[in-house]
Amino acid sequence: MTTLTGGPTTTRPADSSARSLADAVFRAREISIAGALALLILGTWLANPRFLDSQGVKDLLLNASILVLLAVGQSVVVLTRNIDLSVGSVVGLSAFACGTFVSGTDHGVLVVMLLGSAIGMVCGLVSGALVSFGRVPALVVTLGMLYIIQGLDYWWAQGDQISATDVPRPVLDLGSGSVLGVPYLPLITVVLLAGTAYFLRSYRSGRELYAIGSSPEAARLAGVPVRRRILAAYAFSGAVAGFAGALWLARFGTVVADDAHGWELTVVSAAVVGGVAITGGVGTVWGAALGALLLTTIGSALVVLKVDAFWQGAITGALLLAAISVDRIVNLRMTAALRKRSARHGHGA
Amino acid sequence: MAMAPETGTAPGSSAREPAGAWVRAAGPRWDTAVGVLLVAVFVVGLAGTDGFASGGNLAFAFNDIAEVALIALPMTLLVVAGQVDLSVASMLGLGSALTGALWNAGWAFEMIVPVVLLTGIAGGLLNGWLVTRVGLPSLAVTIGTLALYRGLASVVLGSDAVTGFPHTYASWAVDTTTIPGTFVTYPIALFLVLAVVTGVVLHSTAFGRSLFAIGAQEEAAYFAGIRVKRFKLILFVVTGLFAAFAGIVFTLRYGSARADNGLGFEMLVIASVLLGGIDFDGGRGTLFGAVAGVLLIGVLRNLLTLNDVANEVQVIVTGLLLVGSVLTPRVVAAAVERRHRRTAGAGTVPPESEASSPSSAS
Repeated sequence: MTTLTGGPTTTRPADSSARSLADAVFRAREISIAGALALLILGTWLANPRFLDSQGVKDLLLNASILVLLAVGQSVVVLTRNIDLSVGSVVGLSAFACGTFVSGTDHGVLVVMLLGSAIGMVCGLVSGALVSFGRVPALVVTLGMLYIIQGLDYWWAQGDQISATDVPRPVLDLGSGSVLGVPYLPLITVVLLAGTAYFLRSYRSGRELYAIGSSPEAARLAGVPVRRRILAAYAFSGAVAGFAGALWLARFGTVVADDAHGWELTVVSAAVVGGVAITGGVGTVWGAALGALLLTTIGSALVVLKVDAFWQGAITGALLLAAISVDRIVNLRMTAALRKRSARHGHGA
Repeated sequence: MAMAPETGTAPGSSAREPAGAWVRAAGPRWDTAVGVLLVAVFVVGLAGTDGFASGGNLAFAFNDIAEVALIALPMTLLVVAGQVDLSVASMLGLGSALTGALWNAGWAFEMIVPVVLLTGIAGGLLNGWLVTRVGLPSLAVTIGTLALYRGLASVVLGSDAVTGFPHTYASWAVDTTTIPGTFVTYPIALFLVLAVVTGVVLHSTAFGRSLFAIGAQEEAAYFAGIRVKRFKLILFVVTGLFAAFAGIVFTLRYGSARADNGLGFEMLVIASVLLGGIDFDGGRGTLFGAVAGVLLIGVLRNLLTLNDVANEVQVIVTGLLLVGSVLTPRVVAAAVERRHRRTAGAGTVPPESEASSPSSAS
């Protein structure tokens, strides 16, 4: 859909100084989220120092890990100007499947993580194939997949739950254990985050995802295999969601069918707060991770500050609206500044 | 001057024309198909399922989707104009919570209703303002207001449930009160009247035609003199109003005001609209299709329940219907296109241009 008011979301760099200005502004976006996060943590800590004792920090990181993972996967899809609403149900399915698989056995950690990722990837491949080859709007496909996967999961679970006592010790240790005081979950998350960021920044196929999101038609004409890339993005997002499901099992031990139910919109919110444009082509996974961290930290801070938990949704929503509005206004300003500058340099026509 | 690069879709559009024309022709056929499917499911139900044909059951089956149906009407217009509103279920919850909170505070019910409706208008104005004035995509805006309105609902009422609404109003919404001699309940009767009005607005007025134009090519619509922003704002306001009203209906129907009423309904509303053949890319669809889609989901769920099909399977059926309903016309169109190309010779460019429809953008 062409939006009249959409304007150019990417800059057509007239010269390298324009490009560096654009870079600086996008980096500024991440810096400002990091700043907001730091302020929030500092303020909460001043109000209640126990917020940042070793257990508090550990909780904060553990709570954020799974959402950050999902936000990274989602960002890769949103970059291509698509969306994956099925991630919440994939997490639930994968957690329950992994739980069923390991219950009462001594299966290793690696097998569980691989199984989770594989289940998620299959779900992602189905969505991705329908979007890229079936040419069906992503919102419709992944909404349909949300219902199908969720229904399958409920049907399979039939109200049962996996209880922590049946889950083998090594798997639970993955969720609660730590190395040198740092829990495993955030470590895994950071590794995956860094890997994805490096791929998007430094590999041709990574850059092509941005190209597709900026202008699918131009990307196609430039020889980018658009459909294959979109399929791969969905497979990745699905695999990450499935992997997150396995980690969910490791973290909580007890799993019911509707775990992570309704998370899809929180995940999209995290990415959007973090500066990943829903219209595609703009944003980084670092930003998305910061967005996810900010959302979970707000939740934790409200608890510590003894603010009614009822406020959490309202604050999250207001924050999201503020973030995208500020982003939009900064973008408009920047576009105007760039136009003025390139006019001065004689690139106006 | 600045506009020139933006119109660069020309190379693809000529190649796309035959397929596009065909899909446009298939559009009305699809919503006819949904209508036929609805009738077929209905007949199968009458013939094969005990208890389906009873007036009490039919009243229940349709009344059970009253709120989804009411919200689906303005949602159809929004999607035709290429927009979406994910905040409707949260606005329903906010309307319900507000009704409960004000009732707790001792307000007269007659005073509560206008306040709730005004809240819906205000919520719609915020959505519309952010979309049209700030220039944000409606999907992102309404994900934000989805969290915001649901959050405000829990701020207003917490986790309480308020009951005991006046009988005169409560009895109006329940499924045992029908228009004498029929199985039509009052919320559904209201829906049918509003559906006719909405249908006339969409298909027989300049405003309705403008919405199709906006959904098909917003920029072209703007240069054709359509007041794009004004119209979009109106749509969001009407959607907010309907959602808040649905909150009152929901509260009365269940006799219980809660902040989490209608949780997740946004998905159901959008699923019904899309099932009826309203193209999510905008610019195509009929109100008849949307109404048929809503009723189909209602009848189907009722039939599956009566036949002891588990709720989980009903959820799967909804998902399959949704995917199938958008996939089928495209698969058919692609097949026809392929045959068309074979008979017309290799002269045309393969229509690769739609390889990635810009779907999440709105």
